[in-house]
Amino acid sequence: MRFGVVVFPGTWSDCDFHYVVSEVLHQPVRYVWHRERDLSELDCVILPGGFSYGDYLRAGAVAGRSPVVEALRDFVGRGGLVLGSCNGFQILCEAGLLPGVLTRNECLQYRCQSTHLVVENVETFFTRGLRLGQVLTMPISHGEGKYYADAETLARLKRDNLIAFRYATAEGKVTKASNPNGSLDNIAGVVNPEGTVLGMMPHPERASETVMGGTDGLLMFQSLLGSLVEDGSFLKR
Amino acid sequence: MKVRVLVRLKPGIMDVQGAAVKRALAGLGFAEIADLRIGKVIELELGETTPDARARVREMCGQLLANPILEDFTIETVTDLAPREVAR
Repeated sequence: MRFGVVVFPGTWSDCDFHYVVSEVLHQPVRYVWHRERDLSELDCVILPGGFSYGDYLRAGAVAGRSPVVEALRDFVGRGGLVLGSCNGFQILCEAGLLPGVLTRNECLQYRCQSTHLVVENVETFFTRGLRLGQVLTMPISHGEGKYYADAETLARLKRDNLIAFRYATAEGKVTKASNPNGSLDNIAGVVNPEGTVLGMMPHPERASETVMGGTDGLLMFQSLLGSLVEDGSFLKR
Repeated sequence: MKVRVLVRLKPGIMDVQGAAVKRALAGLGFAEIADLRIGKVIELELGETTPDARARVREMCGQLLANPILEDFTIETVTDLAPREVAR
């Protein structure tokens, strides 16, 4: 499986994702510069966290209209897989590749902490190796991670099972106290109807080695690889 | 042609930044504020004035300057980009 990690000016999680894919998963990976338009040789494109273009105007707004994200539309249309974490989630929403928007945390604080996520959908390429209701522990690190969508969109998210993760307690209970940023319905991650584009505020790449404090993020990458083994596009390095 | 775009959070969208500033003003003794909301001013100077200039600016708002999920915008044509009134 060939991964691409997109780098915008101001991206900061690119090296972490590259490291996990290359050194933990042992899969081929390359950086993709934000001006690139040719994604044809890739199976999965990762939009990492950070502050793309300084997050001027709104978080992810400028990146959401960049050449590489325009190319992502075709890539997604061809069945390519896209994982956006943190700023990457903000970019996917701003680009209209996922519904809703991320806005300023209700507490007004930048939150850098560990969170518990309850798995709400196991029919995506990124979560198919997980159990429904399983609780994952992953860190968040953001100032603008409050998920918002209008009532009609929220109803569609629920009806079509597009909510991938919700913030919860360690026991998997979705409570107000376990919501770190005021997200609507504790939503921490959403997916497109095909299950090929996933956006999430938490950082799976920062929870992929025991030495980093946990490996729950790795479970998502392993789900991905499992999908690609069946698909025949799994590559041994 | 000079154009001023005002981008505001839609009614009903919680403005946490505005709420924090309102509390700070109350702390300074300005307790009379019932509500305070913060928006953005974007000032554009167009190279040439074409008949569709306003429609083009509307398009800019739709594509980038405002997020329709959260924000409304108004477009004003102005002769001078300086603040409209000088506060004294």
